Amino acid sequence: MFNIEIDGRNVQAGDGETILAVCKREGIKIPTLCFIEGLTPSGACRMCIVEVEGFPGLIPSCSYPVKEGMKIKTSTPKILNARRTIVELLLSDHPDDCLYCLRNGQCELQKLARDMDVKRLSYSKVKTKRPSDVSSPSIVRNPEKCILCGKCVRVCEEIQGVSAIDFIGRGCKAFVGTAFDSGLNVSTCINCGQCILVCPTGALTERSYVDEVAATLADPDKFVVVQHAPAVSVTLAEEFGVKPGKDVDGQMVAALRRLGFKRVFDTSFTADLTIMEEGSELVHRIKTGGKLPMITSCSPGWIKFVEQFYPDLLENVSTCKSPQQMLGALIKSFFAKREGLDPSKIVSVSVMPCTAKKFECQRPEMAVDYVPDVDYVLTTRELAQLFRRYGLELGAMTPDTADTPFGERTSAGKIFGATGGVMEAAVRSAYFLLTGQEYPEEKIPAVRGLKGHKEVKLKIGDLEVGAAVVSGLGNARKLLDEIRAGRKDIHFIEVMTCPGGCINGGGQPIGADTEAIKARLQALYQIDRDDSVRVSHKNESVTRLYKEFLGEPLGKVSHHLLHTHYKKREIKV
Amino acid sequence: MSAVKTILEKHPNAKRESLIPILQDIQESCGYLSREVINQVAEYIDLPAAKIYGVATFYNQFRFQPLGRYHVMICRGTACHVKGSKKALDMVVKALGIQPGQTSRDGLFSLGVVACMGACGLAPVVNINGEIHAKVTPKKLSGIIAEIRAKELSNAKK
Repeated sequence: MFNIEIDGRNVQAGDGETILAVCKREGIKIPTLCFIEGLTPSGACRMCIVEVEGFPGLIPSCSYPVKEGMKIKTSTPKILNARRTIVELLLSDHPDDCLYCLRNGQCELQKLARDMDVKRLSYSKVKTKRPSDVSSPSIVRNPEKCILCGKCVRVCEEIQGVSAIDFIGRGCKAFVGTAFDSGLNVSTCINCGQCILVCPTGALTERSYVDEVAATLADPDKFVVVQHAPAVSVTLAEEFGVKPGKDVDGQMVAALRRLGFKRVFDTSFTADLTIMEEGSELVHRIKTGGKLPMITSCSPGWIKFVEQFYPDLLENVSTCKSPQQMLGALIKSFFAKREGLDPSKIVSVSVMPCTAKKFECQRPEMAVDYVPDVDYVLTTRELAQLFRRYGLELGAMTPDTADTPFGERTSAGKIFGATGGVMEAAVRSAYFLLTGQEYPEEKIPAVRGLKGHKEVKLKIGDLEVGAAVVSGLGNARKLLDEIRAGRKDIHFIEVMTCPGGCINGGGQPIGADTEAIKARLQALYQIDRDDSVRVSHKNESVTRLYKEFLGEPLGKVSHHLLHTHYKKREIKV
Repeated sequence: MSAVKTILEKHPNAKRESLIPILQDIQESCGYLSREVINQVAEYIDLPAAKIYGVATFYNQFRFQPLGRYHVMICRGTACHVKGSKKALDMVVKALGIQPGQTSRDGLFSLGVVACMGACGLAPVVNINGEIHAKVTPKKLSGIIAEIRAKELSNAKK
């Protein structure tokens, strides 16, 4: 540690720290556009410039390391003028249609324009025209709104290890696009939507199905049902200004019913069902010498990733469909029959923290006898939009519970929403399946928390099981390379596409920092602590479903409805 | 394709730092970088195709379409600019329906822009398949293009 001076104050700083990091710790807020905590700084946008004594120009604080004795000024007139000019120059080639933009009110460029007192368009030029890419079922790209900060490029490469997009061209003709400037739908994009979360403007948004769902809700000939994923209830309130970490499950269910959904189901129910199927599959593989390690299959971004980049490991992936698709398949089979409904009259909507789920529900594998399991997927953000449109005050709702037969859940199904959750739920039930006794520990601390790569060795009866949990596909890559190289001590791997799991999914409220993600995580753990039933095999509705319909885990009906196979996907565009 | 394979074999264990030399060698041999080739290079040096496309589009030297039967190079150097080469370029862009760096769909014309051909005394200068056309005007250039088209059409009819 050594001393530096910031705005006339003496401050302690450490070797390797950037000016920006020290300023943040000292409570000095420096505006940024292209900066992402934890990733390689690019210094592209120049918003974070500061003055350093003895240096001729202005220095980007996000990428410049502190040195002993440095004298830094963060808000001289020279700096403030330069920052304003930067915003003005960005606005000179940015559409002026904020009123009609999905990010209106949540746009970082808009906020900076206000903070920097930009009052008029100072530089007028003919704005660049570039068509939007609407080819993907998950993500819409509008390059005209792009300010070339490069955050999406870095997240796609450094966090997800995908690199579907990069800068194309040079200078004023540069833009962000896919290989050969093709549509996102034919690119290697895995639809995770992490790029949307970091995009400062409306250049990247989800493909919205709010209009379609609203229209179908108004159609008297349709029987519209909805399911909601475990991670939605702990983030939805943020869309309405509540601080992160509040669970609004009951109020959300009540509001969904008010919207006109005939039934409100809980995807956590099929998360419990997934555990029964996947747990049985794992036990089966272990007992019969099947392909190990077995890898989870709930996260559709991960599925496309493995199809593209690790097709040789496809046999290791569990054959279970994701909880969303399982519930979709059950709604249009078991539920339709029970209620005497024509499956083609049922419109199955799901609310997910995820943009990749939009892609997943359109996959050909996800239609039993040509009837799609799920018709529309809304993200948490779109659900909030639907509530706003219909004037529903979440806070004013009297909490309600989800509907039978797919409304009951255990907290094991609920913690699917966080990284490590599937693993913990699976271990609790696999332990019971193998030993006939309940798992003795309340939790498995080694698989909890936001770390991207967690491992633990567990003793289940006579078996020593190696378990690994990874989130963020860049972390998955490292582990899969080890498996490819012959690593043998891991038997079960949970992979979540998004860092931290679904609580940080690409469909979640914009603008969450690490603290917010932690609060969401704690909300799920709190539910798990408080719940009376904490193991999937004790979900009575699941037990009843097996008795009345499915028979047994991995049985014939399960195989037809709840399992699938994936194939190698060509990555050549 | 086998030409590309030979080139790749000349760069054993290539990493990202070999990308540009590889692309240069391929362009020299094939005349341009096709999608297939970029995908092939991507697999060979284990880099995403988007990354390679990004690098290749950064440099003017790389083309993504084969050259046309007639390669039109318009000089945009200082002397030619002063003498009105911008108007000549605009005219060609309009007449051929392509931007610099592209090839017309019939494969007849490709268009390029160069900084100086060292023939400033003849400005503005246009080079078509090595033949220098001096002191061009939009009108003169339009005549040259029409002539080429007519010639190719009558050749095709034979």
